[in-house]
Amino acid sequence: MAKITLKTLAHSYNPAPKSESDFALKEMDHVWDDGGAYALLGSSGCGKTTLLNIISGLLRPSQGRVLFGETDVTDAETAQRNIAQVFQFPVVYDTMTVRENLAFPLRNRGMDAAYIKGRVGQIAAMIGMEAMLDKKARGLTADAKQKISLGRGMVREDVNAILFDEPLTVIDPHMKWELRTQLKQLHREFGHTMIYVTHDQTEALTFADKVVVMYDGRVVQMGTPEELFETPQHTFVGYFIGSPGMNLLPAEIHGNHAHVMGSTVPLGAAYGHVKGRTQIGIRPEYAVLTEGAGLPITIKRVEDVGRHRIIRGEVGGNTVNVIAPEGMAVDASLTHVTFTPDRINVYADDWRVAPERAA
Amino acid sequence: MDKTLNNKAWFLVLPVLVVVAFSAIIPLMTVVNYSVNDTFGDNQFFWNGLAWFEEMVSSDRLHAALGRQVLFSAIILAIEVPLGIYIALNMPKKGVWASLCLVLMSLPLLIPFNVVGTIWQIFGRVDIGLLGHTLAAFGIDYNYTNDPIDAWVTIIIMDVWHWTSLISLLCYAGLQSIPQAYYQAARVDQASRWSVFRYIELPKMQGVLLIAVLLRFMDSFMIYTEPFVLTGGGPGNSTTFLSIDLVKMAIGQFDLGPAAAFSIMYFLVILLVSWVFYTVMTNLDKAEGR
Repeated sequence: MAKITLKTLAHSYNPAPKSESDFALKEMDHVWDDGGAYALLGSSGCGKTTLLNIISGLLRPSQGRVLFGETDVTDAETAQRNIAQVFQFPVVYDTMTVRENLAFPLRNRGMDAAYIKGRVGQIAAMIGMEAMLDKKARGLTADAKQKISLGRGMVREDVNAILFDEPLTVIDPHMKWELRTQLKQLHREFGHTMIYVTHDQTEALTFADKVVVMYDGRVVQMGTPEELFETPQHTFVGYFIGSPGMNLLPAEIHGNHAHVMGSTVPLGAAYGHVKGRTQIGIRPEYAVLTEGAGLPITIKRVEDVGRHRIIRGEVGGNTVNVIAPEGMAVDASLTHVTFTPDRINVYADDWRVAPERAA
Repeated sequence: MDKTLNNKAWFLVLPVLVVVAFSAIIPLMTVVNYSVNDTFGDNQFFWNGLAWFEEMVSSDRLHAALGRQVLFSAIILAIEVPLGIYIALNMPKKGVWASLCLVLMSLPLLIPFNVVGTIWQIFGRVDIGLLGHTLAAFGIDYNYTNDPIDAWVTIIIMDVWHWTSLISLLCYAGLQSIPQAYYQAARVDQASRWSVFRYIELPKMQGVLLIAVLLRFMDSFMIYTEPFVLTGGGPGNSTTFLSIDLVKMAIGQFDLGPAAAFSIMYFLVILLVSWVFYTVMTNLDKAEGR
């Protein structure tokens, strides 16, 4: 087990990249602490899988170094890195039995038979496949196969890290929850570094201690679920985390006030001079409909999702969503919206601006 | 609700029956007819029962041809299947080179059979052929028209040259359908090259390989044109395979009765072997699935 450090890492699938847009992964420095449970979250095509394959050594980065502990492994083969990886779609060795599949990584490393037997038994119990150990893998269902893939990923005890590349895509929702819980438990028990790639925020937030959000080849924020929710460092994080995502309104920032379409919105802190395209971001949870105070809103739709209602509206052509608590009457008298001042984040060119001082 | 039964629908099968009757069943029946009759010419036939069949079953000539045929099929399968797989594994996976390989490998398959025979017939000649003359220049005593071993070697090399690419192309298609994740998982699991072949590539190729082997078996068992052009069945009878013998008998000697009996048995043998082969392979597959 080791800390994984990425130094000025970047990757392009183009052998002669010309501009930054040729890079699937933009230059980054990043540290994955030993024993951490990380979720790597982002939309499709943002470079999550590329990053994962670089860590596991399936892909050699165009530039930068990969360090395990203090050892530079940039040029080391996957096998030497001693990493386990589980892929999005089940990879099983069809002609082998479930038992042989689980034992395969151990056998290839020349472990002794008694140890393999014990370990395979343990893993089989964990993924709930003890009864099927002697069946051929070929005839099994997709989620059984994926459980085998997961099992094969976890069968080695001495791995430096276990990487999961959207492993639960093909598993049905109930089983998904159960397997995720087991992964989490496994993490507590053995303390492997785990990196879990997903585009499902619920999955990410429930699995990980730290969530790493990627956007367009960059890590835009790493933080606890709470940090991602309260202070998104990038508008993408605000939009991607939360349901619905953060509301963004173009605004001019003057000290502890923002000017939005002719109205003044109080902010929870004072800002210096903010350059670039400025926006304020507010989560729907912190927006409140009023009968006259705040910004005028046109309500388009009300969605009742059971626990609360989501009001979809527009403020001067910008979509603004508001979450109304259970029991609050939504009627035609509500024409305006106000925001809780200290929950407002300020963005310049999509990146969060830190306030200068409290208001 | 009761199902409506309407047997008139069977009439819709009639056109197919007619076509099959004229293209296969009736010609086959004329062969059957010849096989149970004898003639002294003048287009007068009389019933001969199963005498031709009995004669053919105990014919040394047919036994010898059958032996050569089995040996030939066994040798070319033993060479072409492993070689074809090996080539498929080493072909470039994508890009210009992959296309070029595919085109080059398809070429032998597109050449008419008698042209293949002619090419090798000339290629192997000691007086003017590139191969034969070169070998002679090195002092190697090679002459496929005199030496049975040389004739066999030439025919086998010709068949390997002609047909290995069929197996390669089929296997290549099978290999291309393996998702990249399998190879990546194998690297993560530290699988050896042999394990990758044994547990990933071979199982994925199994289906196409079955077809490839079946096709090559049937074709090689019926081979006629190439060895006929190359050696004409000689020297002596050393390369007279079943088809060549059959043609000699039917057209050379005009022994229609024995030839017809021979044809029918020949056909049944191929049918039987292919069926056994196919059943065994598919059952093996099912047994593994359990």
